[in-house]
Amino acid sequence: MIEGLFTVTTSVNGSPYTRVVEPRLLLSDFLRHELGLTGTHVGCEHGVCGACTILFDGLPMRSCLMFAPQAHGHEIVTVEGLVADGDRLHPLQEAFRDAHGLQCGFCTPGILMTMKAFLDEHPSPSEAEIREALSGNLCRCTGYQHIVEAVTLAATRIAGGGRKS
Amino acid sequence: MKPAAFKYLVAETLDHALAVKAEHGDEAKFLAGGQSLIPAMNFRLAEPALLIDINALTDMAYVRESGDGAIRIGALIRQRTLERDPTIARHQSLVREAAGHVAHPQIRNRGTLCGNLAHADPASEQPAVLLALGARLRSQSASGERWIEARDFFVSLFTTALEEDEMLVEVELPALAPRTGTCFIELARRPGDYAMMGVAAVITLGEDGTCVDARLTYCNAGEVPVAADRAARSLVGERIGDEHLRAAGDLAREEISPTGNAQASEAFQRHLAAVLTVRAVKRALSEVGKVEGGG
Repeated sequence: MIEGLFTVTTSVNGSPYTRVVEPRLLLSDFLRHELGLTGTHVGCEHGVCGACTILFDGLPMRSCLMFAPQAHGHEIVTVEGLVADGDRLHPLQEAFRDAHGLQCGFCTPGILMTMKAFLDEHPSPSEAEIREALSGNLCRCTGYQHIVEAVTLAATRIAGGGRKS
Repeated sequence: MKPAAFKYLVAETLDHALAVKAEHGDEAKFLAGGQSLIPAMNFRLAEPALLIDINALTDMAYVRESGDGAIRIGALIRQRTLERDPTIARHQSLVREAAGHVAHPQIRNRGTLCGNLAHADPASEQPAVLLALGARLRSQSASGERWIEARDFFVSLFTTALEEDEMLVEVELPALAPRTGTCFIELARRPGDYAMMGVAAVITLGEDGTCVDARLTYCNAGEVPVAADRAARSLVGERIGDEHLRAAGDLAREEISPTGNAQASEAFQRHLAAVLTVRAVKRALSEVGKVEGGG
């Protein structure tokens, strides 16, 4: 059937949600306005800035370049889902705080989700690999130096079993 | 910005998708990865009345070897898969190499090869690569199917040979001839940006080391992916040395038709084409024998 409205059932950060939406609702707006998960930021809405990056079935993707109905039956993780237990930050988040990997913080959720997937695949990356992996996320504050240091720090800590050095 | 309102349909079968497309024609668009379509919709450069989402047609997500050594790639294969698929790596490393230059990993996780081709952006990498490889593209509609050669597929800026009831369902990459080397090089301001200039080289040597076949194609060099046939022909019959490389680069510089843009003037684009041609052919030569052909 060709629908005017679409019922979406999706899992976000492990919890099921069902909402009735217009098909044109961007997934980024669905997360923010329908589910109240405002950690996912919206910058350019054409796939350039990377602020809206989420994990879609485990892979980092732009939530501004998908429609909400496309999430039906799929699993999403947003920056809110990085905190595994209680209020303990993910090692990446701790490293960003400790290494001053953010200033205004607008780009940070997208960078964290991108780097989460990157570190899962490249546990001990070189600086060049980190910089290339960051190329799809714009940051206008930091000049990237401290972001690279934060990711390096996170990789070291995760390899060491999550302990702070 | 936000897209204009549209109706949305999740296709359950390919026949279902094609029947709906036949009924709605140009008012409807297929939605695969959407990584070019959705930005265009967000800017309201595109306002389709109906989107036919084909992402559930997972039987079109295949990379397959066919009997004659050719590789077939289905409509739902994402660019990221091309970077990782062992069959592509073994037989068609040019496609893998180029895939790594398509936008950013987050975009490649979603965007499909066939969507990229149907979008027909001349600045995009894979159209030039398919042209260099002599690929064929299979389209299907409710009333039948046909094969289109890559050189006939790209008609003009963002325009392909597809009719409004057709879907690009499959790409076939012919087996490379024995002793063939390939290379894709581009120069962009940042990784993931559109290239200021990009070149794909496919070079085949005879048993005595002379070049028996050469193909050179360019992205962001005109209204469609551009083949520099005179430059390529200048290499054939030669035991390729530095002077042949320079001559081919000089011919390519004249043969392409870039328009210049904010990042690179037309003259700079032509200069880059000459320089990158030399590098790409040199590296393709060093790759001869490393790619497994079908023959």
